[in-house]
Formats: sequence, C-alpha cells, structure tokens
Amino acid sequence: MIGRHSAEGQRYMTVREEAGRSARDVIRKTGDFIRGRPILDGDSVDEFWALKDVTFDVKQGEAVAIIGRNGAGKSTLLKILSRITEPTKGCVRLRGRVASLLEIGTGFHPELTGRENIYLNGAILGMSRAEIRRNFDAIVAFADVDEFLDTPVKRYSSGMSVRLAFSIAAHLTPEILIVDEVLAVGDAEFQQRCLGKLNSIAKDGRTVLFVSHSMGAVSDLTSSCALLDRGRLTAIGPTREIVQRYLCAVVPFAAASQEDVGIYRVRPAGDAPVRIATVRVIGTDLPLALGDKTFSIGIDLDVVKPIAGAHVTLTLWNANRQCVTTATSWDADQPLALRGGRQRVVARFSDLPLAPGDYFVDIGIDQSMAVTLDAVANVPLLKVVNLGAVTHWPQRPWGAVHSDAVTWSVTSDALV
Amino acid sequence: MQKLIIEAGRAERHYWRDLWNYRELFAVLVRRDIAVRYKQTVIGVAWALIRPLLTMVVLTLVFSRIAGLPSDGGVPYPLLVLAGLLPWMFFAGALTEASNSLVANANLIGKVYFPRMIVPTASVVVALVDFLVSFLVLMALMLWYQFAPGWRIVFLPVFVALAFLASLGPGLLIATLNVKYRDFRYVIPFMVQFGLYISPVGFSANVIPEQWRLLYALNPMVGVIDGFRWCLLGGASPLYGPGLAVSVALTALFLWLGIRQFRKAEMSIADLV
Repeated sequence: MIGRHSAEGQRYMTVREEAGRSARDVIRKTGDFIRGRPILDGDSVDEFWALKDVTFDVKQGEAVAIIGRNGAGKSTLLKILSRITEPTKGCVRLRGRVASLLEIGTGFHPELTGRENIYLNGAILGMSRAEIRRNFDAIVAFADVDEFLDTPVKRYSSGMSVRLAFSIAAHLTPEILIVDEVLAVGDAEFQQRCLGKLNSIAKDGRTVLFVSHSMGAVSDLTSSCALLDRGRLTAIGPTREIVQRYLCAVVPFAAASQEDVGIYRVRPAGDAPVRIATVRVIGTDLPLALGDKTFSIGIDLDVVKPIAGAHVTLTLWNANRQCVTTATSWDADQPLALRGGRQRVVARFSDLPLAPGDYFVDIGIDQSMAVTLDAVANVPLLKVVNLGAVTHWPQRPWGAVHSDAVTWSVTSDALV
Repeated sequence: MQKLIIEAGRAERHYWRDLWNYRELFAVLVRRDIAVRYKQTVIGVAWALIRPLLTMVVLTLVFSRIAGLPSDGGVPYPLLVLAGLLPWMFFAGALTEASNSLVANANLIGKVYFPRMIVPTASVVVALVDFLVSFLVLMALMLWYQFAPGWRIVFLPVFVALAFLASLGPGLLIATLNVKYRDFRYVIPFMVQFGLYISPVGFSANVIPEQWRLLYALNPMVGVIDGFRWCLLGGASPLYGPGLAVSVALTALFLWLGIRQFRKAEMSIADLV
C-alpha cells in the first residue's frame, strides 16, 4: 500500500525554481518508469501495512460487522475478501459463493435502459442469466421502477437508480455476502428497507460481512463485531460491547471528561472569583444508551474567593444546535454556597430521555441576573447511542428527545 | 460447496478455467459496449459504414490519383484500398479501445472481482463487430465493380483471426502500461495515425522493393493486409510467403508478451487504476 507526501509547500517560488522542480520531476518519473514502478505525485513514497495480524473466523450464518475509524483497513480487508486486490502475505479460506456489494450501482451504464442494466449489473455481481431472469419480476417490484424499465438509467432520479441497484444486489443468493457502506446513500425510508432486506438475508442462514460507520445499523444487523485500528484487529466479540468500546475510543466526548474547558470559555476570566475547570458526566459510563434517562453533570469549579449565593445555569444543545433544555438553580431557588478551593456542583437529571446523538452544553455562573462570573459554551458533553433499544426505523429524524412513554389507542368518537 | 483460498500468487493456478467461468460476464460486457456504441447518435450504426467509405475515397484520391501508384493487376483501386482499410480500421479501433479499456472500466475493476483479461478482450470483440458491419461496404463496392472474389475467400476467417490476435497482443500490453503510465493515452492516437501510412493500406505491398519486403513485414499488419487482399482480390495480389511468416511470428511474440505482462500486472490493476 502506498501513501504519498508532498514537500512542505513553499509559498512563493520563482519561475526558475518552478522550472527546476518540474525538470527534476520528469527525471524522477522517467526513472520510475524505467524501473517499472508506478508514478506518484509528491516527493517521497511510504509503504505501510494496510492490514497486519488480522485473524478471525466467521461461522456460517453469522452476521459480522467490521468497524473502525477511517483508514483502519476495513475497505482493504473487504477488497481482499472479495478478491479485488491480492494480499501480499497471508491467507483467506472461504467456503461458499461470495458476492460483494462494495458500492451500490457499480457498473450501471447510464446509456442503457433499466432492463438492460438489470442484466448487466446482475452479471457483474455474479448472477447467471437464468438466475436474473428468474428474479427479474421480484427485482423490478422491489425497486418500484416498472414504469421506467425501458428508459435509460441516466434519465432516472438518483433515488430510482439507487433503488434499482440495491434491488438487484438484494436478490443475489450467495452463501457469503460482503457489504460495504451501502447505507450511506438513499433516504431514510430506503435505508430502512435496505436494512430490512439485509436482515432477512442474514436470517436466511447466509453469512454477512458488513462494514458501516452507522453504529445503529451495525447494532441492528449483526450479533458480533470486529474492531480494526490502523490495520490491526484490536477486538472481536459481541456487537454491543465492541460498539461501545469503539465509540469510547473514537469520539472524544463519548469517553469521560473535558480535562480543561478553557478553550470553550466565553470570555477571559482574569480576576473572576470563580472559574469553571472541568465539565463531565459523572456516575455513568458513556456513551449513554438510548433509554437511559438519568445522568448527572458534574461541574468542577476553582473558587478563588468564597461566594455565598452563586447560581449555575446550563443549556443543553444537540449537534444540530437545537436547544434541548435549559436548567438553572434559579428555578429551584437554591443559591449555592461556594467555599474556596476546588468545588463540585452536580446537576442530576432524573428524567431526560435524550434521543441518539451528540450533546453539547453551555454553562454560566452568576451571582445576580446582571453579573456573570464565568461562562463556557459548546462544551462536548455526551453521546447517546441506539444499541438496539429501538429497532424499527433507526434512521428516523430523532429530534432531541425520545419518549417511550407514548400510548396509542383508537376511538370512534374522534369528531366530537 | 465451493471452496476458495485466497493468498498471494494463488490466482495464477486456475487462471484459464476461471476465465472460462466468467464467459457470461464477458458476453455481457461485449453486449453493453455494442449497445452503447451508437446510442444518442442520429445515424447510429451507419457510422460503421461511412467512416471506411470516406477514408477509402480520400486514400484513393491521394495514392492513386495524386501519387499515381499502381493497383494489383486489374483490380479497381478503391477495392484495393478498401480490402486493406477494413482490417486496418479493425486493428486501429481494437488497439485503441483495448488500450483504454482498463482505465475506462476503472470503477468496475475497483469494485468487483473477475479475470481482468475479459475487459481488453471484450473491446477487441466490439471492434470486430464494427468490422463485420463495415464489410457491407466492401460487398456493395464489389457489386458496383462487378468484381467476384475467388475460392480463396474461404481463407478469410484465418486472416480475421490473425488480425484479432495482432491487435489483442499489443492491446493487452498497452492496456497494462496505460494503467500505470497514462502517457500511453497520448501515444496511441499517434501510433494509429502513423500506422495508417506505414502499413500498406492506401497502396499495395507490391510497390515495396523486393529487398525490403521482409523487413517491411515486421509490421504484423502487413501480413494481415496482404492476406486480406489475397483472399478478396483473387490472383491479382500474390501472397508473399516469407513476409507472412514474419508477421505471424511477430503477432505470436506480441501476444505472448502481452499476456505475460498483463498477468504479471493483473493483481495490482485495482490498486493503480
């Protein structure tokens, strides 16, 4: 695997320098050509192991997710499994027919009609002509494009072509299905259908290898999970556990603390009598699971000068910068007595059903309504993840809260 | 249940069987390229007729009228030109398409496994279909001149096959190189343009002085074009044996070289393309 570095770009270059650089470039590339090496732009070539020491078994009928941050080697692993690139070392043993779905609509030709593309794409994915013919009606029905079968695909809306592509792929019947990030496209309703289809494929006793950044989809679809980090397999086990571990590792505020909130300070606190030092969720592991309604926010303060009656106000925002709620000790009419040194203020929420997502907090300390002593804004606070608590339509627009205290009923005297 | 083991160098062993297993994909790719070829054009497949016809007119004017070169025996000059032009256009088209085929299908190659040799070979087959269509022009011209080909026409398929292999070999070679070095995208049109004049397309190979003919045959298309004229124009264009042998040998050499280089580079194509 090859990476490239560009030299530290000089900001200004004379024409002469530029010409000299180009000439050196040509000479270097010619040298590469003679030695049969690929030409790379940039100045030096780094080779590294995209994957190393990755050993695991997947049993027949298991649905396994492979997760990890960008560059962890997930796609390389799938490319090796689906024979697109050959491993430099090592060995893979597969039992059964493999089909890989590395990108929806691979090989669609825009000039060809929907009908022609079904045959083309089917063949590319490894279906025989007879198989395609047998599944033809089902494919068309699932994609919902029967009116446009004889229209070139380039005239399709993007939604239609994605639907058609997924539909073809979904009717593959391999023993092993490799799926890479296919849910990144399409609207929520379509993603839901894809998930449902993948689910039923997995339930059919077929083996599914699934790569996605959507932890919701991963939790929904798979029972076990492999975590890759910089080309190495760092963990493999039950999905719930691994997903939690992954989220703690990659998302800074999913873990625990903001060691220093200084960078979030709204205004310099020169000689303020109190400074906010850290803000963190205490007493609970992060990320929160959807359905956990109780959590406490601990705010550590450095108190320079004791204050008899301080008030703390905090505002919770979601990642879309929608305000979830504002809570303040003014409402409770509980002035806080701060002694000197390190003090901790704890705000305990006992019934706030947050929806999945990232949350940020603004905190202000004041003595009276007019005088703010210190304030921080947009401090990453916590993350809520759906670890399978909600299985129906996990890609829904969540908003800020998710209530499970909804009851449904039907009456016939609705028009009173 | 089908078992598969993937490790470095493993793909080599069942290569040709694998290639056969993927024949359906091969057929589909050929069908796709043919279907797409003349989409959204007004006259469609008629382009396959018009291009050789117009080129034939120009070459006849230049080489016969202006340069005053002789034809073979009593064969009308346009027929002589066309009999050489059709295989040449097949070769040129096949070479161009095959050379660009891997890059043109990059998204496919990066996403799905199949023996990569399918792609350039399919391009050559597509060019072959164009070639067969353009044969109608030759037939029409023969009718016009009331010229009947003799019994030798039964050997024509042999030379079509030779032209096929003559374009496949360099096609594979250049397709491989083109993946790594896109310079070849610019080299090909130049080669094709050049080749039209150094191959005996607009003139008969018989105008080449005897002592140079063997050397001239180092261009594999010389043997192919000579063969075509021999088959189509009757006794007027004698077949020059040693030259044909040289052309065939060179075709074989290029084919061997092309396949070898292609196989060597095959596993890294997806990474580089």
